[in-house]
Amino acid sequence: MANTWQADPVLSVEHITMRFGGLVAIDDLSFNVGRHDITALIGPNGAGKTTVFNCLTGFYKPTEGMIVMRHEDGKNFILERMDDFRISQFAKVARTFQNIRLFAGMTVLENLVVAQHNTLMKASGYTVAGILGSRSYKRAEKAAVEKATYWLEKIHLIDRADDPAGDLPYGAQRRLEIARAMCTEPKLLCLDEPAAGLNPRESDDLNKLLLSIRQDEGIGILLIEHDMKVVMEISDHVVVLDYGQKIADGTPAEVKIDPAVIRAYLGVDEEEAPPIAEKLITEAIARAENEPPAQQGGR
Amino acid sequence: MEYFLEQLINGITLGSIYGLIAIGYTMVYGIIGMINFAHGDIFMIGAMISLIAILALGLTASASFALLLLALILVLAIAMILASAFNWTVERVAYRPLRGSFRLAPLISAIGMSIVLQEFARIAQGGRPKPMQPLLSGGFELMHRTTEAGDFIVRISTIQIIVIVTTLALMALFTALITRTSLGRAQRSCEQDMKMASLLGIDVNKTISITFVMGASLAAVAGLMFFLRYGVIDFYIGFVAGVKAFTAAVLGGIGSIPGAMLGGLVIGLIEVFWSAYFSVEYKDVAAFAMLAVVLIFLPQGLLGKPEVEKV
Amino acid sequence: MALAPQPTQQGGARTAQTPTVPKGDQKRLLIDLLLTGLIASAIFGPIVGMNATAPQGGLVLEYRWAAVLWLVGIVVVGRLLLHLLVWNRPDWVKPIHIKRLGAGLAGLGLVSLLLGLFVVKAPWFDAAGVFGLIAGAWFYISSSNETAAERGAPSPLANAIEPLGKYVGVALLLIAIALPFIPGVDRRIVDLAILMLTYVMLGWGLNIVVGLAGLLDLGYVAFYAVGAYAYALLSTIYFPLWFGDGITPWAFWLVLPLAGLFAACWGLILGFPVLRLRGDYLAIVTLAFGEIIRLILINWYDFTGGPNGISDVPRPSFFGIPFTNDENGFAATFGLTYSPLQRIIFLYYVILMLALITNFVTMRLRKLPIGRAWEALREDEIACRSLGINTTNTKLTAFAIGAMFGGFAGSFFATRQGFVSPESFVFMESAIILAIVVLGGLGSQIGVVVAAIVVIGAFELFRELNFLKAIMWEGFDPTQYRMLAVGVAMVLIMRWRPRGLVTKRDPSIYLKEKKAVSADLVAQGHG
Repeated sequence: MANTWQADPVLSVEHITMRFGGLVAIDDLSFNVGRHDITALIGPNGAGKTTVFNCLTGFYKPTEGMIVMRHEDGKNFILERMDDFRISQFAKVARTFQNIRLFAGMTVLENLVVAQHNTLMKASGYTVAGILGSRSYKRAEKAAVEKATYWLEKIHLIDRADDPAGDLPYGAQRRLEIARAMCTEPKLLCLDEPAAGLNPRESDDLNKLLLSIRQDEGIGILLIEHDMKVVMEISDHVVVLDYGQKIADGTPAEVKIDPAVIRAYLGVDEEEAPPIAEKLITEAIARAENEPPAQQGGR
Repeated sequence: MEYFLEQLINGITLGSIYGLIAIGYTMVYGIIGMINFAHGDIFMIGAMISLIAILALGLTASASFALLLLALILVLAIAMILASAFNWTVERVAYRPLRGSFRLAPLISAIGMSIVLQEFARIAQGGRPKPMQPLLSGGFELMHRTTEAGDFIVRISTIQIIVIVTTLALMALFTALITRTSLGRAQRSCEQDMKMASLLGIDVNKTISITFVMGASLAAVAGLMFFLRYGVIDFYIGFVAGVKAFTAAVLGGIGSIPGAMLGGLVIGLIEVFWSAYFSVEYKDVAAFAMLAVVLIFLPQGLLGKPEVEKV
Repeated sequence: MALAPQPTQQGGARTAQTPTVPKGDQKRLLIDLLLTGLIASAIFGPIVGMNATAPQGGLVLEYRWAAVLWLVGIVVVGRLLLHLLVWNRPDWVKPIHIKRLGAGLAGLGLVSLLLGLFVVKAPWFDAAGVFGLIAGAWFYISSSNETAAERGAPSPLANAIEPLGKYVGVALLLIAIALPFIPGVDRRIVDLAILMLTYVMLGWGLNIVVGLAGLLDLGYVAFYAVGAYAYALLSTIYFPLWFGDGITPWAFWLVLPLAGLFAACWGLILGFPVLRLRGDYLAIVTLAFGEIIRLILINWYDFTGGPNGISDVPRPSFFGIPFTNDENGFAATFGLTYSPLQRIIFLYYVILMLALITNFVTMRLRKLPIGRAWEALREDEIACRSLGINTTNTKLTAFAIGAMFGGFAGSFFATRQGFVSPESFVFMESAIILAIVVLGGLGSQIGVVVAAIVVIGAFELFRELNFLKAIMWEGFDPTQYRMLAVGVAMVLIMRWRPRGLVTKRDPSIYLKEKKAVSADLVAQGHG
């Protein structure tokens, strides 16, 4: 069966391995992300999901293997050979973070304008023309604000555009982080537990937002998620990790009944699964809520 | 060869002094994660107090060796207690109120305190260097070789023996204190997680105060040793010695006491050999350059663990 | 200027360190005071009480127990007052009482000061007046902040001052432009203003690195030194060598951009190795670099003149016309009578212009992507990288541009002094510049101005404290205590207003309404 992610992948992860000293965090992992799919990367805690993200976005260099980003125009980018900021700038991969990393002391609008740094940098003639007060920079800045406005309307934060990002409630910060990533005009959006700590209503809103991003922007979304509701509702493709290895890969319906997945998640027989699964999900939500809402800098 | 050996002994002596100061940096950094910028000046205060105590006791080189040794132990005790009072006050006044404040606050406050201590010493004791005749002379010949070119002698002076022996003894004592006693356990638990430690009933404030007191008493020992060995001090010795000792602490792996000692020895040896074989003028440049190189290329130090960037 | 309330965590920290003497427990209070006295004696006893001097070669002790007694007494009484007035106030003492006490003290102090200055001309009146004013103001401000904090509102003082903030900048600018022509302004005041403006410029330069990009640089004075030596060396040796003596009057204007360029290059050279460093480590390495440059200046005799420095550095000219008393001079050319003040005033306008350029460029940069990237870098470096911002270049530009302004200021310093030596570029100088930036409020332009005026003005005031000379012991020299005061001030500022005078951040762009960002949210960078 030819799946969307096999036929037209925007990202191919091929045999990557990541070792920290003696610890093998990812072990020979391969999977594809479809160009217009919502792909979920799931797995128990410590399965290596965030490490995969860090490899994709260049914060870690995988010990072995290859990660290829394929643009529609045929350009390919070998991500493990690129600096992290170049991955965002040229390969067009954007990400959010498990513990939200907004610029808390800058306003919501500023957060979104900073995300358009490279476009604006060019427009400001690499600062030189900008200092001299060039008109083209002013135009570019206006366009940047317009784009920010578009996203602020989409995430229902337009009324808070001039408030500091650190003042926003937790759910709004999560949405803002997604909008900020979208302002870099990515072709692949990587979300690290976007629904963590959200209440059911916010979680529904998030689902809608992600679906509309896929629809309107036509990009691929790769997300790490513990919230099975989100995963099952919106994803087209699920990749399951356990101890750094892929144990299942398929549509949500396929993965849901995969015995390996149930074993990994629950470590028990199939019959007992549903009630325990529910309990685990509740626990996962509780845990996510206990996490500090935002972490600032520091070592 | 003889010259090399002699320099080696000099280097070990100097390195021991740096190591003693470095322990204070490393312990404080380990427990509250800040550079006690004023620590070098606590060393200077220790040296000043030693000098004053020696003068007040009326010690001169003419006294018998046993008497001198006893008197020096008394001087050491005085210097340790008084320097501890200084560092305790510094922590109470300038650092404790800032715990939980924004990140740069303790460092800036520490720089302020360093200035205060230096200026305090300068105003109270004058800015001129204070030289004194050596109290302890004599030593042992380790090697004596007569060749055509003349006599080659390798000597180790009494003071050098005292410095090295005291350092070793204190090292052993402090390592035992930290690994064996409940105080040490409290310190290590505060290093790991201060909030949790306080929830478990450890008096965090007291533990931190004790850490500062311990660091200061070692710095005072270093101060006395420095004064005995070099015979001249001024209000400014703390700055450069502090930077070198901090380098030693980082080189050894910040947070590790044996590391601080090891780092001290390495820095002492480098400084002595640099002066002996290259140039005396640039020895401080070498020390500062060493600091930069260590921090940039070996921030985890020789005995520390590398830090993985968490995303 | 926003005098916002203390961040809540400050309050928490402060309660944590109040001593555990319960109200009305006289015995515990007494023990506390005894301990205080004991520790104060330990601190002051040996170092102050026994001065090791060498009048005839050998060291002897000179005893000064009276001074120790005084100091210990002041500490103990001070702590008792803190107990009674701040930590363990009896219930019937309300903040309003303290406020009235403060107002009263300040009023009495003012009267006493005026009496002392104009009527009685007695130093004791001056001294009592100054102390009364300071103590009164302190009581007044702390108690009014306290009442406001109880209501959860910003302090009334902050409310009163904040709207004025906008006008302070304009007013200061107008005064600055007109200053040399204000009646009663003499050479000394213009000189002082030049000094203040130099520090304003240095503060603004450092503000780019520390305040905006959040990189704590303790070696900033190195760039000041590079600028000064660049001008001194080029104008005394190399320019005459390359272009002949005729170039000298123009040297300043030709070297100024070069000096900025050199300093910027040094900013890059020193910035490059420290890119990976964060926090305290970055601070210490920059300190080391600053010291290395100074030590090289001292030791490289052939090139820098060693500790003796370089003298006879050319004075600036009015675009080629020297300020001399002859027919080619400035006065003769413009048909004025010659006065040495003309050069000073010219220097004043040069530094004013340089400082305004610095300010203009910084304000522009803040609204450009590079400036926003600096601030984003201060907030979260990892997030920056995830957004495609090249953090290496961003940090290096911050170092280079900050250094460039330091270099300009250094050049100016050299031409004003006519002499440079390594002594002008010690670590203390970096500490003073940093203190100005921190006191002003990291990232705030107007804050730096106010802080520079306060710090440098206070520095100069120490010269004027003649009344202190009269009431203190023989040979008391207030200027000796200047650096001590800087150190004490750094500690106190960190305790009381760690965010500096101006605590709010102005957003660089806004959609509908410009709202200042409270300092509690603004990160201070990784170093």
